[in-house]
Amino acid sequence: MEKDFPIFQVMDQNGNIVSEEHKNLVTEERVKKFYSEMVRIRTLDRKSISLQRQGRIGTYAPFEGQEASQVGTALALEGEDWMFPTYRDHGAAMVFGHSLRNILLFWNGRNEGCVPPDGKKIFPPAIPIATQIPHAAGAAFAEKQKGTKNAAICYFGDGATSEGDFHEGLNFASVFKSPVVYFCQNNQFAISVPISKQMNSATIAQKALAYDIPGVRIDGNDIFAVFAETEKALKRARNGEGPTLIEAMTWRYGSHTTADDASKYRDQGESALKRLETDPLLRLERWLKNEGLYDEAWVKEIEEQAAAEIDAAVQEMEKFPKADPAVIFDYVFEKPTWTIEKQKREYLELIGGEV
Amino acid sequence: MKTAVQTKTLTLVQAITDGLDTMLSESKEVILLGEDIGKNGGVFRATDGLQEKYGEDRVIDTPLSEAGFVGAAIGMAVNGFRPVVEIQFLGFIYPAYEQIMTHASRLRMRTLGHYTVPMVIRAPYGAGVRAPEIHCDSTESLFTHMPGMKVVCPSNAYDAKGLMIAAIEDPDPVLFLEPMRSYRSSRGEVPEGKYTVEIGKGKKLTEGDDVTVIAWGAMVPVAMKAAEDMKQKGINCEVLDLRTLYPIDKDLVIESVQKTGRTVIVHEAHATGGTGSDLISLINDEAFLYQKAPAERVTGYDTPVPYFGFEDHYLPTPKRVAAAIEKVMKF
Ligand SMILES: Cc1ncc(C[n+]2csc(CCOP(=O)(O)OP(=O)(O)O)c2C)c(N)n1
Repeated sequence: MEKDFPIFQVMDQNGNIVSEEHKNLVTEERVKKFYSEMVRIRTLDRKSISLQRQGRIGTYAPFEGQEASQVGTALALEGEDWMFPTYRDHGAAMVFGHSLRNILLFWNGRNEGCVPPDGKKIFPPAIPIATQIPHAAGAAFAEKQKGTKNAAICYFGDGATSEGDFHEGLNFASVFKSPVVYFCQNNQFAISVPISKQMNSATIAQKALAYDIPGVRIDGNDIFAVFAETEKALKRARNGEGPTLIEAMTWRYGSHTTADDASKYRDQGESALKRLETDPLLRLERWLKNEGLYDEAWVKEIEEQAAAEIDAAVQEMEKFPKADPAVIFDYVFEKPTWTIEKQKREYLELIGGEV
Repeated sequence: MKTAVQTKTLTLVQAITDGLDTMLSESKEVILLGEDIGKNGGVFRATDGLQEKYGEDRVIDTPLSEAGFVGAAIGMAVNGFRPVVEIQFLGFIYPAYEQIMTHASRLRMRTLGHYTVPMVIRAPYGAGVRAPEIHCDSTESLFTHMPGMKVVCPSNAYDAKGLMIAAIEDPDPVLFLEPMRSYRSSRGEVPEGKYTVEIGKGKKLTEGDDVTVIAWGAMVPVAMKAAEDMKQKGINCEVLDLRTLYPIDKDLVIESVQKTGRTVIVHEAHATGGTGSDLISLINDEAFLYQKAPAERVTGYDTPVPYFGFEDHYLPTPKRVAAAIEKVMKF
């Protein structure tokens, strides 16, 4: 099966273009755009880990290593498309235009974190695994019913493909030709469980065969491969040709979340090596160097810009008004039920406005 | 001559590990399944070291599929094993809900006892540990509503091990709720080897004749703190740790309420349809005329368990419990 689903690459890990067909895609301008967006989200990721260590946010799910998958997909979307992220895809959400302050508020245990900016169709991050897969099938189907050309992208991990919701969602999308791109970031671990224990199939892409939809396997650290395949799948979706399953082979360097310890379940040397060999940012750096276009001052500048942008968002997050208990009561229904009203009244009376 | 029972000092989560270890060593029929329970020893380390000791065939890392491994465990249970499955957090049990509601809890009845499901489902639950959303649900009533399943919830290390062993030996499915907030917050003396705490029996923690305060799991320390604060006001609470939510220890509850005439129930779950409602019905059925005040409930609210930025507003506190105790005293 593996040979039927070869890993598609545009740029190899040394920064060489290996797909003639996509040569035109790789321009200095594009490389720089991809690179600077990856720097932005990597900076957010590292900052978030340090905020968690300082107790300034709660448990956090890092994505370092997966930047190409997240940036490449997000940049392929149109503004009116839908995004269905998981708890590890806030990099993609940020690139698609989510508010940085709100992303940080999410990790600080606030509902505001689930609210996208006006006009942006970004679903709250899926916490229970695979549950967003049917949602994306439905939202995309609704776009089709409404006669728009909008599509949806739905992210999930390798572990998610074991849940019933994965199969039910793909089947629905396939039957109803929902304009949706199913994008699996195969980082090869579901917490501690390696892919070899997750499934007996050689690839995730091949699962598309069961639903008679295209399934492709790509190098998820090659942002050009990610961008090109996502764009292609989105085009199919907009043309009424239905869903696509993309399996992007990638890696998370760190632990599953700040609450676990990856050294318990895998050889850290392997991660360290990936950092040197297959890192998505290094690959673009290598291309720039090969072309004699690498500019240290420019890299420094975008790094500083990213840091400043994120520091400002952290400040906004920390200056955000304290949690108002009314919020938990006021949004359960459009109009609160008497039970909720009574509970709210009694509680606010008891605390007298303070906790 | 009586030999003293050897004990060790364990946290609640270590006592669970000890209970699982005891049963794995006792019988080859006992087998553990779940996500990340093997090499990683579970995200809370409840199964730490057990795969090393008993092998990958008995402590099994499953694919990420609650319906899959709970359903498979039902199949193993009808076929000679005693599976203990771990749901990583109670909030992630819902994909397996169908299996639990339509099969685990009624297979015995459907087949007139021909097939039975001696299975334990372990699930950490509850808020107060700053976990992300949905990791903090305490939706125990979803499982007490469907008969056929026992539901237990220890509040301390001794009970945790004893109830775990009793649950594994129980011929019926048992949902074993583990209060995350209490996993490591205190230690207790736990006997070595095998002993059981009877399912269906609660425990009186303090003697008092003014108010009966009923709690379980992570709410027990909250109830105890409130009871202690009340002492200074001359109010003596009788605190009961319910320990089993289905079936409820009727005798313990009724005897206490008949003595005190006042009841405060503390639970973290939502008020509507919560176990507190069942307790009040029970008290009305069995001790109506003994009551000096209507029973009070201090519960989580009828809102989804909020994100941790709001969880202190959601969770019952000693202050809220104290207010309820004063209310029933003043009635
Ligand atoms: C239904 C459900 N079960 C269990 C969990 C706990 N859990 C959170 S993430 C995770 C692993 C997910 O792995 P994968 O789908 O590969 O995504 P990744 O985290 O690697 O991005 C598990 C088991 C959950 N969130 N939802």
